[in-house]
Amino acid sequence: MFSLESITTLVQDWLNKTFSPNLALFFEFVIVGVLAIALFAGLGLVLVIMERKVAAWIQIRLGPNRVGPKGMFQSLADTVKLIMKEGLTPDGADKFLFNLAPFIVMMVAMLVLAPIGFAKGFHIWDINIGVLYVSAISSVSVIGILMAGWASNNKYSLLGAMRSGAQMVSYELSVGLSVLSIIVLTGSLGINDIVLSQQNGWWIFKGHIPAIISFVIFIIAVTAETNRAPFDLAEAESELTAGFHTEYSGMKFALFFLAEYINIFIVCAIGATLFLGGWMPFHIGNWEAFNHIMDYIPSFLWFFGKTFFLIFLIMWVRWTFPRLRVDQLLNLEWKYLLPISMFNLILMTLVAIKGWHF
Amino acid sequence: MVEEIGKTVEGDLVINVGPQHPATHGVLHLVITLNGETIKKVEPHLGYIHRSIEKMCESLSYRQFIYSTSRMDYLSAHINNHACALCVEKGLQIEIPERAQVIRVLMDELTRIASHELWWGAMAMDLGAFTPFFHAFRERETINDIMEETCGARLTMNYMVPGGVMADLHPNFQSRVKNFLKLYKSKIHEYDELVTGNIIFQNRMKGVGYLSQEDVISYGVTGPAGRGSGVSCDVRKLYPYEIYNKLEFDEVLETAGDSFARYMVRLREMQQSIRIVEQLIDNIPDGDYQAKTKAVLKLPKGEFYQRVETARGELGVYIVSEGGTTPYRIKFRSPGFSNLSALDHMTRGGKIGDLVASMGTLDLVIPDIDR
Amino acid sequence: MTNEELKNLLTELLPTAVFEEGGEWLNLFLEASEWKETALKLRHFNTMPFNFMFCLTCVDWKTHFTMVYHLRSTTTLDNIVVKVKLDRTNPEIITVSDIWRTAELLEREVYDLFGVQFLEHPDLRRLLLTDDWVGYPLRKDYEDPINMIKL
Repeated sequence: MFSLESITTLVQDWLNKTFSPNLALFFEFVIVGVLAIALFAGLGLVLVIMERKVAAWIQIRLGPNRVGPKGMFQSLADTVKLIMKEGLTPDGADKFLFNLAPFIVMMVAMLVLAPIGFAKGFHIWDINIGVLYVSAISSVSVIGILMAGWASNNKYSLLGAMRSGAQMVSYELSVGLSVLSIIVLTGSLGINDIVLSQQNGWWIFKGHIPAIISFVIFIIAVTAETNRAPFDLAEAESELTAGFHTEYSGMKFALFFLAEYINIFIVCAIGATLFLGGWMPFHIGNWEAFNHIMDYIPSFLWFFGKTFFLIFLIMWVRWTFPRLRVDQLLNLEWKYLLPISMFNLILMTLVAIKGWHF
Repeated sequence: MVEEIGKTVEGDLVINVGPQHPATHGVLHLVITLNGETIKKVEPHLGYIHRSIEKMCESLSYRQFIYSTSRMDYLSAHINNHACALCVEKGLQIEIPERAQVIRVLMDELTRIASHELWWGAMAMDLGAFTPFFHAFRERETINDIMEETCGARLTMNYMVPGGVMADLHPNFQSRVKNFLKLYKSKIHEYDELVTGNIIFQNRMKGVGYLSQEDVISYGVTGPAGRGSGVSCDVRKLYPYEIYNKLEFDEVLETAGDSFARYMVRLREMQQSIRIVEQLIDNIPDGDYQAKTKAVLKLPKGEFYQRVETARGELGVYIVSEGGTTPYRIKFRSPGFSNLSALDHMTRGGKIGDLVASMGTLDLVIPDIDR
Repeated sequence: MTNEELKNLLTELLPTAVFEEGGEWLNLFLEASEWKETALKLRHFNTMPFNFMFCLTCVDWKTHFTMVYHLRSTTTLDNIVVKVKLDRTNPEIITVSDIWRTAELLEREVYDLFGVQFLEHPDLRRLLLTDDWVGYPLRKDYEDPINMIKL
């Protein structure tokens, strides 16, 4: 059975044998950094082409089909284009903040990558408060967006940033509460513990109706948190031209663009971990034989399969629904999602205390 | 605007929407005054595509000037040409053959369907849904193909001339129109499934951009926008021209007066146009497609006014003739211009998103407004 | 309703008006000074309020201007045309944008292209042309050596 865990242990053992512990740690850092950046670039390219192909499929057209086989190198070509472009800074802009903002958004996306378990025993950092860490760090990205909107010295940007601020802060609550309802079941904030607790079935199946409710709320809320349609009010093309990144061009725009896709990947990865068992194969209770067959599929395939399924779900929604209005958006959160998720949390606590879950 | 001029005070946010903006579908420039997200005032600045077609027409002959009118409301080019041709014919007092009349009405209705298709897609795009645009274009393309075969052009057809139409129908015309009808009927349910029934869409449209009956009449709003408020203003019914009084179709009326009502009017109007096309497509009479007219047309001294129903509302052509070969003065009463004047009234107190919805359901075509 | 009947009805309402029946619709000639009063009367005419102004324009006759107002009653569907003769050197007429609100933009257009001053108009500025444009293009004596091509 192929496993990434064996490779990581092999590398670690070899490093520790060859170098002093400090130097070994340093090399590990370097390897992890290189891998993270490679993953970033790779994910960006894959997700952009995936989005365009999914959109084309929904819109009964072909999508990119000129660059490379079936247009697969289109996003690579786009990247080259964006790198070649001049990164303009408007005259009236606050130059320091304007140039800092895309990097903040990008760094946040990178930091959140740390505790995610990509496969069995394949973490960057298995921190024991993993989920808390993710929700804490991901809320920093709103600062980057506000910064971009304010520093651009553009009214559209400002409006977009203000919308984005109101939206992300509100929807953070629903994300938090729906995440909490799974934490109540697992009793641990560590990503690895959460995955292991789904050894005999994923929480979406084991957790009865409350788990399904919190899954739906989670998907809605993270769509809003990542500023995707139908909640893309911060960018609202037909209203605010491009919202907070109206004034950005070239690579600085590309960083926003990339961060958006990485954020989608991250929230979908968290969703897959919490509700669909992360890298845990599809197990049913104590059907040993069945579970054993499922184990033959490598765990990283399970993880990426689930994550990309959720990403597809979010893309599907984006290309189907119209956009909400700003007051409707806040109404949806404060008048519907928040009360429902609070009630749902209580229900879930009851389920956990009484041990009604499987 | 008359009851109180919205004043800009300290702390208001003044934003230029346009002349280049995704929601204005052209070079419309709106200066909007905001208080937070709430609109206090919308002020249109026009003229970015003003070509003064009225002045140009004064030096063009009665055969020539029709071609420049295709460039006004380019989405209903046929109907613009039709209005001009009718007005010249009214002055010359010529009867045009029945075949030409039927062809004209067929083309008008196909144009209306195509225009409403484009509006449907573009309006959904304004509200943030991209997919309907492509679905609408699927049907619209077939109409454009039909037009291309017969008229030789896809957008500015210049097919209607004083006395009839410029050329006979293409032999494939009937079969291709029937194919289109079949296609359209098999796809029409998608429109409701994709957009009309969507809860987000309905929330965005209902109660937004309200126009009362009095407002509609006072602002001179016509077409689907006027009928959405329950004002009967379909020229095809009120002042029938060509063979419209012999055809069976309903004037679509909704009473709510909001954006959703205007949306429903257009959707249902497409069905009525389909009905008209169905009645006519098998009954195109034989005969000439053009009446015999002189090479150089001279209108008698006098004033002639002809109105038709375009996809956007009532288009009027007012020709003042001094008896020469060119019009002395020509005026186009464009539906978009009057509809635009109601925009400020409709959107005051709404959000920015409402402005986009209201503008979408007015179906503004900027060259039609600027002329 | 035929033009004859319409004329009889309107003569009762406006005893001083001058009518002309040659064209398709009934024409009504007025002096600029009596326009506002007549407009209000027409707008609130009991049996057939002429509440819909579907066209407003101006014609340059080289010696004078004629303002042309096309009105329609949405109840009876009758149309009338009101014509007001204006002095060419100093064209001035009272606005009717408070009676028919569509007139606000239409009057701005006429001001822009003909230079007719609409008194008491709430916001009389150029509409289509730039604010610093010189001249009024739809006047017959307007010359623009660059943009106009004489045939």
